[in-house]
Amino acid sequence: MVNGYHPKDLIEALKIRAEVSCIPLAGGTDLMVQNARGTGLSPNFDKPLLFVGHLPELRHIEKKEGFLHIGPSVLLSEMLSHPFIPETFKKAISQMASPPTRNLATLGGNICNASPAGDTLPFLYAMDAELILENHAFDRRIPIEEFICGPKQTELKSDELLTDILIPTTLFPVSYYKKVGQRRGMSLTKVSFHGLAEIVDGYVEDLRMAFGSVAPTVVRSRDCENSLIGEPVSTLKSRFNEIWELYEPSIQPIDDARSTATYRKNVCYNILKDFLTHLENIKEIYNE
Amino acid sequence: MKIECTLNGQRKTLDVSSTRRLLDILREDFHLTAVKEGCGEGECGACMVLMDGKAVNACLIPAGNLMGKEIVTPEGFKESPRGKIIEEALIEAGAVQCGFCTPGFVMAIESLLNEHPHPTEENIREGLSGNLCRCTGYQMIFKSVRLAEEKGAGLW
Ligand SMILES: Cc1cc2nc3c(=O)[nH]c(=O)nc-3n(C[C@H](O)[C@H](O)[C@H](O)COP(=O)(O)OP(=O)(O)OC[C@H]3O[C@@H](n4cnc5c(N)ncnc54)[C@H](O)[C@@H]3O)c2cc1C
Ligand code: FES
Ligand code: FES
Repeated sequence: MVNGYHPKDLIEALKIRAEVSCIPLAGGTDLMVQNARGTGLSPNFDKPLLFVGHLPELRHIEKKEGFLHIGPSVLLSEMLSHPFIPETFKKAISQMASPPTRNLATLGGNICNASPAGDTLPFLYAMDAELILENHAFDRRIPIEEFICGPKQTELKSDELLTDILIPTTLFPVSYYKKVGQRRGMSLTKVSFHGLAEIVDGYVEDLRMAFGSVAPTVVRSRDCENSLIGEPVSTLKSRFNEIWELYEPSIQPIDDARSTATYRKNVCYNILKDFLTHLENIKEIYNE
Repeated sequence: MKIECTLNGQRKTLDVSSTRRLLDILREDFHLTAVKEGCGEGECGACMVLMDGKAVNACLIPAGNLMGKEIVTPEGFKESPRGKIIEEALIEAGAVQCGFCTPGFVMAIESLLNEHPHPTEENIREGLSGNLCRCTGYQMIFKSVRLAEEKGAGLW
């Protein structure tokens, strides 16, 4: 049996995708570990692999018509050194894995792996990022929130590939990123949070808040965000408990090997409070 | 799958299963045993090699991703002027005990100095964050980076 396809371009890749049931592999940093069989052994896959990491059509970073377009096979390390990638997104990426793993891991892989702990996801959700999915005949555009439907579950069809990631080029003057985890170099996020805001004359003009690792998918409470838009930032401190009550139901963490649900919920409370009650003063904060 | 790549400066055509890990290809097919399998999950850095000049974990790379790539292992790097400096620096700093992690650190230090010829403390910690050492406690390894930076001035 053929156990791998190495297409020369996207057209060939999509043709293979249409004809054979296969697993796309970009950097392999998730797939090689998830399918590992132990010391000295090749990992085992139940379908042939379709290598997509090298495809030139999936390796762009460009700005076009109000969107930053990032090819899914762009490496995390390439994003870190590219001038078009927003600083606050780089902060999240620079805390993922270790430099050698970031020289292999891709943005598309992090999205399609659809882990609730995927560290690029809170930013992409907060920015209302959209994805282009293509098969040999058509392409469709879908918000990231609709693409990811649960842990390891996406709307990707068996003949499709993710071919583009679109991030609106809107700039947020206030940005805040926090990841709580263990040793760097390991994929052990307990809670991550990306907050973005625009404050004009002391009033909240726009506000985005997204939590990772606290529910089956990234959590963004639009009700809560909308209820705060137009409000004076100075009152958020005194109203925090009321705000938390609005946010809290969407935070449904689990007990797992990395942490307990109670711990995660406490961390969310503290992070949200830190972000909202310091909004007046925050320009760009980032903590380990 | 037939894979054309360069290994320690020599062109090779590998005829291997596309899912085979670079780590196993190096150790078993080429008997290049400086790369070690510590964790097999990208967390310890014992399997590190250079791919197109950048440090990567050989345990995470399937053969299919080697097409057209240039791979350098610690064996291939050792005799280069930079390789010699890093080796000397590690010895002088007392940064080697059991040695299991050492080849991986050599690759990580090369990649680090390549990117930051005059690294800050933070650059050093970040650059070596993908390598585990169970013996030395890291301080001597950090020191060896400083030594390599001094001794190898102009090389990076
Ligand atoms: C040591 C280590 C540390 C890590 N640390 C972190 C961390 O801190 N934070 C974090 O979020 N992640 C972490 N990860 C996980 C992983 O590195 C990332 O999720 C990475 O971005 C995955 O990219 P990849 O290209 O390697 O994915 P792959 O393993 O190649 O693929 C992942 C998934 O995406 C699919 N896929 C890939 N490309 C496409 C495409 N174009 N179209 C459709 N489907 C596609 C694959 O089929 C697969 O389901 C870590 C992993 C390791 C080994
Ligand atoms: S064996 Fe590859 S990183 Fe541990
Ligand atoms: S010297 Fe023994 S693991 Fe580093």
